[in-house]
Amino acid sequence: MAEKRIVLSKCGSIDPQNIGDYIAKGGFSGFVKARDKMKPDSIISEVRKSGLTGRGGAGFSTGLKWELARRAKAKEKYLLCNADEGEVGAFKDKYILSNDPFGLIEGMLIAGLAIGARQAFIYLRNEYHFLHGPLTSAVDQARQKGYLKHMDIRVFEGAGAYICGEESALMNSIEGRRGESRYKPPYPPTCGLWGLPTIINNVETLMNVPHIINNGAAWFSAMGTGRSKGTKVFSVSGDVGRPGVFELEMGSTLRELVVDLSGAEDLKAVQIGGATGNILPASMLDTPLSHETYLGSGAVVAINSKRDIIDVVHNDMHFLNEESCGKCTPCREGTGVMLEIYGRLSRGEGHENDMGALDALARAMAVSSLCGLGQAAAVPVLDSLKYFYNEYVDRISQSHFLRSYLGGELFKSEEGIR
Amino acid sequence: MVTSNKEISPGSDRAGLLPALKDTVSKIGSLDREAMSGLAGQCRLPLNEVFGVATFYAFLPVSPAGKNIIRVCRCLPCHLKDAQAVIGSIQKELGIVPGETTRDGKFSFELVSCIGACDQAPAMMINDKVYGNLTPPGIAEILKSF
Repeated sequence: MAEKRIVLSKCGSIDPQNIGDYIAKGGFSGFVKARDKMKPDSIISEVRKSGLTGRGGAGFSTGLKWELARRAKAKEKYLLCNADEGEVGAFKDKYILSNDPFGLIEGMLIAGLAIGARQAFIYLRNEYHFLHGPLTSAVDQARQKGYLKHMDIRVFEGAGAYICGEESALMNSIEGRRGESRYKPPYPPTCGLWGLPTIINNVETLMNVPHIINNGAAWFSAMGTGRSKGTKVFSVSGDVGRPGVFELEMGSTLRELVVDLSGAEDLKAVQIGGATGNILPASMLDTPLSHETYLGSGAVVAINSKRDIIDVVHNDMHFLNEESCGKCTPCREGTGVMLEIYGRLSRGEGHENDMGALDALARAMAVSSLCGLGQAAAVPVLDSLKYFYNEYVDRISQSHFLRSYLGGELFKSEEGIR
Repeated sequence: MVTSNKEISPGSDRAGLLPALKDTVSKIGSLDREAMSGLAGQCRLPLNEVFGVATFYAFLPVSPAGKNIIRVCRCLPCHLKDAQAVIGSIQKELGIVPGETTRDGKFSFELVSCIGACDQAPAMMINDKVYGNLTPPGIAEILKSF
């Protein structure tokens, strides 16, 4: 199957710094339609009927979320665009923001009409600082055209923390706090930024909205699978010939994405959804990609047969331990203990009880962690135990050879970079 | 570039804290006690709160940093494309290991989480600029340009 570019339809065909170009290609027609011809309730009902779901990884119904915020009674409501794309292997939002900032602004303006927000923020990760200027200029151009009369948009830059992509941590960060996750409930649509009703949507989710308003819910829901409508934008990296950003209809297979489009050869496994993503063996390449199966934020890393799965999970765990916010014990301590175990396995100091310990710890973290980071930190661990158990067994049984191979200096330099 | 969002935050003095911390870093390179005390006063917060916020974020150094900060990505896509070689080259060129600053104060060297340049792996940032598809000779060139 070829790519199906809806979210990315204008990427590459417009000058991303010229609002006139975007308008000439039909831009802002969805917003004008929503503003002049639709009531907030009909916007929400259209988005709900379309089956649009959150593209940041959680997959919650966008229309339902908006309805909750619409119904909440408060003097102010906020709209936040989550552009804190920090998932390992994710760079799709960077591509969108670089190539079609007006599409995002249009989606945000429609969302603002729907929920009744007067202030919106785009939370941009510090690593994408180079986009701050272009994005601010795009917002200014839209303001000059008179599109921002009902709601203003500000670009708010983060300061380097993966966890701030988690919605409650993101709100804490805007409030000037440590980016730690909050206890839920209450959920943001009723009690979010500064305690007021807040909607947080991913960049890609908002990009879909103008297309739904223009073409209708039926057009959108005709694409995809049962619970996953429309398309998904993926970023593919790792052991592939053509790393990049691809948009496919929901339900397309992993093979189409990783082999046909990205040119992977000699695959051993694929990790889908960043460091907390599933690790699937190459034998599962015909799995369709959707919320029902595997999707996450669309970050896909290909791993070829020369790679060592324990090294892959060790690297994931290093990231998760570093980025755990530290608020809840299962995640803060659990990722630390797991990192220690993977470190020992890598040094040839593994023990045959380690697999059982990893399994028990992963299951405990999955049910007891405060937010998605700690809950999903278990995923690559459990998947690697499920599909690549032999690699653990071999590693441990050959520990004494590994130790003599690594030796003194080599061993030290390995430690320095992990 | 950084604007305070104080005026639109209902009844909270601390809303402008993160932009103010970032602004200070862009002006003086890192956050010292004096700068943090000043911000604590402005936001009507105890100093330890400001310190707590600053130390949470990777891009807010609280100890003196080099004039240029090298941030090498160590996450999976870069790791698979031999980020170790990149780290090794920088160590060799500058004579420092990750976490250190050169004696002349020109460079700080850090290993960081995914910077979203996975299609150009291995990649690094120097200050705000991303450098991708790195090779050891390429790195030497880039460092010389500073």
